[in-house]
Amino acid sequence: MNPDSTDLDALLDEARAAVAAAGDPQALDAVRVAFLGKSGRVTAQLKSLGRLPKAERPAAGQAINRVKQAIQALLDERREALEAEALEARLGAERLDVTLPGRGQRAGGLHPVTRTLRRIERLFANAGFEVAEGPEVEDDYHNFEALNIPPHHPARAMHDTFYFADGRLLRTHTSPVQIRVMEGREPPLKVIAPGRVYRCDSDLTHAPMFHQVEGFLVAEQASFADLKGVLHDFLNRFFERDLALRFRPSYFPFTEPSAEVDIQCVMCVGKGCRVCGHTGWLEVLGCGMIHPEVFRHVGIDSERYLGYAFGMGVERLAMLRYGVDDLRLFFENDLRFLRQFG
Amino acid sequence: MRFSESWLRTWVNPPVDTATLADQLSMAGLEVDAVEPVAPAFDGVVVGRVDSLEPHPAADKLRVCQVEVGAGEPLQIVCGAANVAAGMRVPVALVGARLPGDLRIKKARLRGVASFGMICSAAELGLEETSAGILPLPAEAPVGEDFRAWLELDDQAIEVDLTPDRGDCLSIAGIAREVGVLDRVAVTPVAVAEVPAAVERTVAVAVDAPEACPRYLCRVVCDLDVRAETPLWMRERLRRSGLRSLGAVVDVTNYVLLELGQPMHAFDLERIGGGIRVRMAAAGESLELLDGQTVTLDGDSLVIADQERPLALAGIMGGAASAVGEGTRDVLLESAFFAPRAIAGRARAYGLHTDASHRFERGVDPGLQRRALERATALLLEICGGRPGPVVEAASAAHLPRPPQVPLRPGRIARVLGLEVADAEVEDILGRLGMSLERTAAGWRVTPPSARFDIAIEADLIEEVGRIHGYARIPMTHAAAETALQAVPEGRLDLDRARLALVDRGYQEAVTYSFVAPEIQRLLDPDSDPLALANPLSNELSVMRTGLWPGLLQALAYNRARQQDRIRLFESGLRFRPSPEGLRQEPGLAALAVGPVFPEHWDGGRGRDTDFYDLKGDLEAVLALGGAAGSFAFEAATHPALHPGQSARVLREGEPMGWIGMLHPRLRKALDLDCDPLLFEIDLQAATPGRLPSFRPLSKYPAIRRDLALVIPREVTWERVRATVMAAAPPILQAVRLFDVYTGEHVEAGRKSIALGLILQDSSHTLKDSEVEAVVAAVVDRLVSDLDARLRA
Repeated sequence: MNPDSTDLDALLDEARAAVAAAGDPQALDAVRVAFLGKSGRVTAQLKSLGRLPKAERPAAGQAINRVKQAIQALLDERREALEAEALEARLGAERLDVTLPGRGQRAGGLHPVTRTLRRIERLFANAGFEVAEGPEVEDDYHNFEALNIPPHHPARAMHDTFYFADGRLLRTHTSPVQIRVMEGREPPLKVIAPGRVYRCDSDLTHAPMFHQVEGFLVAEQASFADLKGVLHDFLNRFFERDLALRFRPSYFPFTEPSAEVDIQCVMCVGKGCRVCGHTGWLEVLGCGMIHPEVFRHVGIDSERYLGYAFGMGVERLAMLRYGVDDLRLFFENDLRFLRQFG
Repeated sequence: MRFSESWLRTWVNPPVDTATLADQLSMAGLEVDAVEPVAPAFDGVVVGRVDSLEPHPAADKLRVCQVEVGAGEPLQIVCGAANVAAGMRVPVALVGARLPGDLRIKKARLRGVASFGMICSAAELGLEETSAGILPLPAEAPVGEDFRAWLELDDQAIEVDLTPDRGDCLSIAGIAREVGVLDRVAVTPVAVAEVPAAVERTVAVAVDAPEACPRYLCRVVCDLDVRAETPLWMRERLRRSGLRSLGAVVDVTNYVLLELGQPMHAFDLERIGGGIRVRMAAAGESLELLDGQTVTLDGDSLVIADQERPLALAGIMGGAASAVGEGTRDVLLESAFFAPRAIAGRARAYGLHTDASHRFERGVDPGLQRRALERATALLLEICGGRPGPVVEAASAAHLPRPPQVPLRPGRIARVLGLEVADAEVEDILGRLGMSLERTAAGWRVTPPSARFDIAIEADLIEEVGRIHGYARIPMTHAAAETALQAVPEGRLDLDRARLALVDRGYQEAVTYSFVAPEIQRLLDPDSDPLALANPLSNELSVMRTGLWPGLLQALAYNRARQQDRIRLFESGLRFRPSPEGLRQEPGLAALAVGPVFPEHWDGGRGRDTDFYDLKGDLEAVLALGGAAGSFAFEAATHPALHPGQSARVLREGEPMGWIGMLHPRLRKALDLDCDPLLFEIDLQAATPGRLPSFRPLSKYPAIRRDLALVIPREVTWERVRATVMAAAPPILQAVRLFDVYTGEHVEAGRKSIALGLILQDSSHTLKDSEVEAVVAAVVDRLVSDLDARLRA
């Protein structure tokens, strides 16, 4: 059998059809074996070359090889196409709904009071204040007497105090920590004292327990102007806004001079709203220069040393910062509330 | 302190408007709480005079009045008030008038009779809550004049919230003094003249307690008409100051209290048996007070008594028996100075708080009594008539407060305030505040006025200088106070970090009250006797918690009642535990978990519920934060609040420091819970010390693992297995891992199957098989002999 070009063309056409018909890699391999395998039809053509006259062999060999290469190319092309198809199918099958929620633990959150306390502590730590703590069941001396509030002083009426049978009490403010720190240490002192305080009072705007941060500084140089400076910085950093401040003369038995600090209302920026009682101002802090009588109780020379002190309500600051409008929410521990601060 | 602006302006009239005045007061430390109009808006009301009246032809209760309103013809007005009378001057709302409540007055026919306006009651004008009839006006009220203007109703009631040190401002006189200083304007005090005696009658006064009552003045006023009507102007000033009219005598004493700041009292002279004795009460004496309650007096209460019995609680409240009543003809007016120390706290002790006690506790000007008594006498005579006796005064100079002489140094002012104030300004400020100054080498010697009980030391004067100069004018500076670097302890459990670890594990932080219901406290900690509040707000908040579980369980119940399925909470705070050495207030950390381990998820739905080991894992994670995880251990132990088979005591170096477990099913029922929470609580102080990381060289040789499958008696704990393995093996045993625990099918009853992985490694060479086999054999031998273990086939 002589390979003439017609036969070869037919063979190539046949191979082309077979390759196109192969739907998977196995079928395609069968086509390869049928045409290019050891006993394949193209191989048979090559084997038959020896029967041709010598002069025709190169030309016929070339023709057969061209067909062989063409078929190989068809096979390669088809294999790549099939592989691409298979990969495409696999990837399609592996497609995920990427909007489905991820797996694992969902973080809880800190209580907004803790969150606020951490913020206050960090801000003051930046300015070199250390944190001190004290007992919550206090004695009369540290809660009142050493703070220049003797028995029957009208200022005691400002503190609705919880008492125990033995005369001890639940501290009404964090100021006793000031006394405890000063009793044990020498100036200079730069301390803040966060913690729980208690007042025998419960209504819409009062809880029997809440949190305060007391802060104080005792040094050879400390003035009311310094106090204004530190509180101005603190409040502006705390609220991350430039808010106007005003210092109003006030009275605390343990400071003299004393002041209350109002900030421009954070809700209405001073225009007047329900939160600020339409005054444009919010009372947020009490402060003053430590009273010489307090220094006398703890044995600090008030001629040599001066000090300032300030105290703030943590819930109040948290309410203003996060827009909470009901104090009682802080102690109900409703998860729907707590999760908002996670 | 509430007062009328127009009243204040009769004393001091600065050229500023109401808002500015209020702002000035606030910024001077007299915080203005409210500024409110003294009357609601209305117009078209004039002063009228009822010329005549006749019965309504068709209605018994109505009268037809002819009312002169200064507009030519009198108006015909039908009026239903019983007290309307001919000749009476009254407020008349003309046709077209607008009254409070958006009421517009129109021409009307009442039962067939035309009416051209309305005669008004005080209530209809918003001046009272309720009125019994129309408001009669005094004879001098000018007919035809606008009523609102005539009564100065475009006035503001100013409420100042005074701090306890500023008792001197609890009067028009005191506020006026302050305003005079702030605005640098003159103050015109009310003129008070001595009222000469018209009768000789006196009451003897004996002061047995001069330290409590350094000055006592009184005078008799005879033949008064106690039923005389208090004039409208006085009633209005009282009303605008928040006081109701209670009869002429009381109104006069209240008026002087508001005007000058001197609390006064009037006794019915007839009810005083013999003279007045100012003495301490005998403990157990009883006294019926004006408000109707009878108090049993204690020995440190000052009373005004006669020869037989107490008549009044001095400086607090009068007694019922000696009170001025309808039948009173003669009164004894009292004007005294009671020492603040003698009054402070006493009213509170009897559950009282009065305008008098409020002022005496803070300090009433000890120089004011005679002036106030003269003023009250004059007003009383003006309203009720009567004949005054001479003033009787008992005073003890030795016990009267002596104004202090307070040194003031300019340098100290600058040091405290951080601001230089010129000497001239200091002198000006203090001078205008009524202080007298004397120059000294160091600065000044300052004597405050007798009304200022709050000025005792230099700092008080510095505050006055700063306050009047203006806090706003003090600069803002930054203290140059040197401070050492703060300690930053390492290698310890940090509470902040522990909180965050729990947060990351799905817990929400709770803050619960430190006082709890005794019932819950007893259920959870039956062996301790919690500290009880003497004055709790309620039983629910009456004992100090000895642990943190009561609050967490209450929060659990609260959230369960709000359809929460998965609840994880923690809290840190003090626990209050009585001990033989006294109360221990120590911080604890507690957590509670209930419901699925993970939030409900599309891949697995609700999933498995949290169990003991989940919570234990969370606790272990917290304890490991200090770097000393190995120092903690758990041992099976029973706790009254925990499931006996699922509870453990947490130990540190053998010392108990906490508990973990499932809530006892009995308590679940008692607490009315619908789930089985897992709980832990640890002592934070015990958990805090940690360990600094300490480097050990890494082995260059491979680690080899050998697994063992064993069957051991069921009661043998993992801790015993671990300890036995570690004791049996040489140091090349680096770790033992437990990777399976199984009971049930294919394991004989009373036994459990466990699978261990032994990790072996040496730092000097690769372990030979023979070394490994020797270790494994030693471990197995020990487990077999000590724990009755059997190797599984």
